[in-house]
Amino acid sequence: MVPLSYYLILGGILFACGVTGFLIKRNIITIFMSIELMLNGVNLSFVAFAAQWHALQGQVFVFFVMVVAAEAAVGLAIIISVYRTRETLNVDQVNLLKL
Amino acid sequence: MLSVHFVLFLIFGVVCVAGAVNLLVQRHPINSALSLVVVMGSLAVEYLLLGAEFVAAVQVIVYAGAIMVLFVFVIMLLNAGEEERTQGSRVAWLLGVPGMLLGSILIAWVVLNHSGTGAVAIGALPGPPKALGWLLFHDFLLPFEVTSILVLIAIMGAVVLAARPEKRES
Amino acid sequence: MGIALFIFISLIKIVIGLAVLLTGVAYSVWLERKVVGHIQNRWGPTRVGPFGLLQPLADGAKLLFKEDLLPPQVYKPLYIAAPMIAIVCAVTSISVIPVGNSVTVFGVTTPLEITDVNIGLLIILGITSLGVYGVALSGWSSNSKYSLLGGLRASAQMVSYEIALGLSLVGVLIMAGSFSLRDIVDAQAGHFWGFIPRWNIFTGQLIGFFIYLTAAYAETNRIPFDLPEAETELVAGYHTEYSAMKFAMFFMAEYANMITVSCVATLLFLGGWHGLVFGPPILQAILPVFWFLAKVFVFMLIYIWVRGTLPRFRYDQLMAFGWKVLLPAAIVNLIATALAVAW
Repeated sequence: MVPLSYYLILGGILFACGVTGFLIKRNIITIFMSIELMLNGVNLSFVAFAAQWHALQGQVFVFFVMVVAAEAAVGLAIIISVYRTRETLNVDQVNLLKL
Repeated sequence: MLSVHFVLFLIFGVVCVAGAVNLLVQRHPINSALSLVVVMGSLAVEYLLLGAEFVAAVQVIVYAGAIMVLFVFVIMLLNAGEEERTQGSRVAWLLGVPGMLLGSILIAWVVLNHSGTGAVAIGALPGPPKALGWLLFHDFLLPFEVTSILVLIAIMGAVVLAARPEKRES
Repeated sequence: MGIALFIFISLIKIVIGLAVLLTGVAYSVWLERKVVGHIQNRWGPTRVGPFGLLQPLADGAKLLFKEDLLPPQVYKPLYIAAPMIAIVCAVTSISVIPVGNSVTVFGVTTPLEITDVNIGLLIILGITSLGVYGVALSGWSSNSKYSLLGGLRASAQMVSYEIALGLSLVGVLIMAGSFSLRDIVDAQAGHFWGFIPRWNIFTGQLIGFFIYLTAAYAETNRIPFDLPEAETELVAGYHTEYSAMKFAMFFMAEYANMITVSCVATLLFLGGWHGLVFGPPILQAILPVFWFLAKVFVFMLIYIWVRGTLPRFRYDQLMAFGWKVLLPAAIVNLIATALAVAW
């Protein structure tokens, strides 16, 4: 028997790591991966609460969050576009509105 | 207290957090991507501990097996190199890491003191595919259809954005 | 039974399963060389042992003693880890594949598989998805242009055909009503009209079977879809820079994947271990396993036969086929099966 708060703390740690990665990383692909990490932390909280309140809706919602995560992966197409024009993956150097 | 459930939760929780921290610490994006795959794998085991077997399988198939493959593919395609240490990144490290630590400790303290939640047994809520499918296609049919249209729009956008611009011969 | 007994029996089953799989991998190499040789009107290996049966031993000894190069330009951690990922994923899939009914040995009854999970098919799909990493990372870490291109092409091909693979299996799932492989096989028991067995290939999943077979050939990077590793195309694709044991691991992983695919096709479409059973109880325990192995052997022969006969696809033809032909066909099969079952 593991207390529910332990699962929530684990989800919270993953979320915090995701936000930290979003703030401190300069490579755009790593920033996207931090977003995926945040979504994973949220998924864990959903499943943990579903287990506690015996409501399967929590697990169903995980599917929708996964769909959103797959769409964030589609943002990679935008990254490829940016790379083709700016020749860099560093967010600090994409700072001109016109090339 | 030291049941199999707790030991497994602890082992895979530590692997999760280690992978997440490794994602932050590594400078090359391919290492970060592989650490994220490790995080997703250990999260799948955590879902199994909570009884959500179908969600665990979908986590491995979709997240670790498709989305992260896409990330690795883009890193290989664009030949991403190591991150450099610029002035902006040093400032971000100095401000961001303590800020997030503070914020997460605050949230953890609030959760632990005011949660009012009990303990969860191993395999607490079995999530068989049948029950999940029933819910998904009866109660959640509208969100399901809307998300599929959303994904379709995203796919079309990606195809248009990633296509090479056509050369116009005059 | 007690936990200790369960763990002991599982360990024995793991050892037996691993031994059988690795021997099967070694002798499927022999089978391929013989059969492709005969298709091409030559003998194949004949010198080492009768009919060349000891050739896999000679090959294994050669690969073991070859110099294990570590080229200086590779990215070492991933270069060493990629073949390990490939072979671990290839070998783990057999843990959920059942080969027969329960047997009772020395008074202990145990089902003939390492573990019967009620999401067994999803586990196989998940492990197949993870196998893409072995290919992609080996191509990237080798730091050479042929390997990178081969790795990119192979991983894009595997990811594209995984969708058609999964969708072709959903037709079987609709008819069986469960993800557990044992339940899917049990749903194919019995005969109708007295002699036609109630296998899924006869009860409406013929198109699903061919879609599965085609998608599986693309997943395992075999002819006609083996452009990423063809010798005349990209030197050797993603395993150009590998030598000796690491190359042997990729090689074994490919054949182990072939065996897994054949096992899954047997279980889902050809009725698993159901066949003619007669005689005393000891024979009744062994005959289902024999039928299962015979059907898997037939699939391996078809794999090798196709390899000896067909030319390979060009890469854009391959991707166009996967997305524009196989995926719509799988979706139509799924809709048709769902309508047929609902009425």
